[in-house]
Amino acid sequence: MNEAAYNFAYLDEQTKRMIRRAILKAIAVPGYQVPFASREMPMPYGWGTGGVQVTASILGPDDILKVIDQGSDDTTNAVSIRKFFVKTAGVRTTTTTADATVIQTRHRIPETALHEGQILVFQVPIPEPLRFLEPRETETRRMHALQEYGLMHVKLYEDISRHGEIATSYAYPVKVDGRYVMDPSPTPKFDNPKMNDCPALQLFGAGREKRIYAIPPYTQVVSLDFEDHPFVPYRFNGTCALCRATDSYLDEVITDDHGSRMFVCSDTDHCAMRRAQGHGLDPEPTR
Amino acid sequence: MIDTEDHPLLRAQALTKWYGRQLGCRDISFDLYPGEVMAVVGESGSGKTTLLQLLSAQLAPTAGRVLYRMRDGIMRDLASVGEAERRFLFRTDWGYVHQEPALGLRIAVSGGANVGERLMAVGWRHYGRIRAAAKDWFDRVEIASDRIDDPPATYSGGMRQRLQIARNLVTNPRLVFMDEPTGGLDVSVQARLLDLIRGLVGELRLAAIIVTHDLAVARMLSHRIIVMKDGAAVESGLTDQVLEDPREPYTQLLVSSILPA
Repeated sequence: MNEAAYNFAYLDEQTKRMIRRAILKAIAVPGYQVPFASREMPMPYGWGTGGVQVTASILGPDDILKVIDQGSDDTTNAVSIRKFFVKTAGVRTTTTTADATVIQTRHRIPETALHEGQILVFQVPIPEPLRFLEPRETETRRMHALQEYGLMHVKLYEDISRHGEIATSYAYPVKVDGRYVMDPSPTPKFDNPKMNDCPALQLFGAGREKRIYAIPPYTQVVSLDFEDHPFVPYRFNGTCALCRATDSYLDEVITDDHGSRMFVCSDTDHCAMRRAQGHGLDPEPTR
Repeated sequence: MIDTEDHPLLRAQALTKWYGRQLGCRDISFDLYPGEVMAVVGESGSGKTTLLQLLSAQLAPTAGRVLYRMRDGIMRDLASVGEAERRFLFRTDWGYVHQEPALGLRIAVSGGANVGERLMAVGWRHYGRIRAAAKDWFDRVEIASDRIDDPPATYSGGMRQRLQIARNLVTNPRLVFMDEPTGGLDVSVQARLLDLIRGLVGELRLAAIIVTHDLAVARMLSHRIIVMKDGAAVESGLTDQVLEDPREPYTQLLVSSILPA
């Protein structure tokens, strides 16, 4: 299994040290984007090369890894990354949120509350929240340094003037520890409140953009909004067809070409656990 | 706020700028008082824009300094003001109207957001109030308020310039820099814009420094005038006086080169 050609968890030790230093700095300055020398990984950009490098650097032989892709443990991205670490690090894996010590995620925070000692690793495509309003990197860095965040509200203003409400539904900007405005990667804004005062450590890795940032445990994370248009987490107004949950984040599944659809939990582990507890006994398939 | 009217708002002292061996401007000194409008005229390449950038702290002078009276009444050297404070000054107490509106506007976001940006930058967090302020400024600069959600990319040249003015004045600045505000506009649009600027400047008691090559603009808007040639101020004084009775040969040439109406 752990083939001799690889160092433990694929990356060489010097690279891991470099990434760990970046992670430590990121934890010391919550929400600040720390540049790091991102490596080529044996997968294309956009598949989570940033998250994989962070995971590889913090993983130890005793860790238990869980990988999710949009909440799901069994989609391509999650399966591939899990197999990658099984092959290169030989670590144990799990799909149960509570058992995992390291959870790498593409855009969801598990429904089960995280606990102390866990680390949540996010895969981030575009780390800069101001990017689409201000294309110059030199300028956005200066804006972060001087806390000039008025522009972020311009984006929210545009949303309201166009749609009558803040229509941004993912990558919803947050302010971390009262200082840095941060893009929480394209997580649905439903998950934003879970970042606040979370007992687990949250790490964000952007491989292509070569940035790492972090939210230390128990840090204040506030979603930006207007006084008269407060932040509202969004979820489909429906019930999971499998486990009957009414409070979890739902995926819409189109079941035929006549408009039939069903809602199911995006977090497959959460859904399976609820069904095992007997919440979904009388099956109510499509509506 | 004790008798600030009697003290200069901005004071330029022996401002000189060299770009390597190339002279930008040389030894310019003047005082600008609250509510006063000063025009800087001269032909292309005479150092007008360099001077404006020195005054607004976008360029560092080679020699000399610019003093500015902050809102607390204390006169400070702009070179000693930190970047954070300087940028804050730029967003609140100053305005800068570019000749090319695209430089001063966010062309991709709506007109209303363009006006509201400065308010949000100084901490306004109430959508309704920001929008009301934006609407109010749309009225004041005479842009139809049903265009408030359209991006300035869809505006005409004159409207963009008006929007730029609204965007700058929304935080009640005390000093506005204008770089050829009417350049590139046709004559009738120019006349209406000048009328608007003159009205606003008087109403809000703004101090303004207007760079222009158009003596008609200077005559209409300004109280005082500085005539520049080859980086130096060749003549300065009350606008009427300088334009009616120019003393320097260059100013005489400039004045006589206007086509009679």
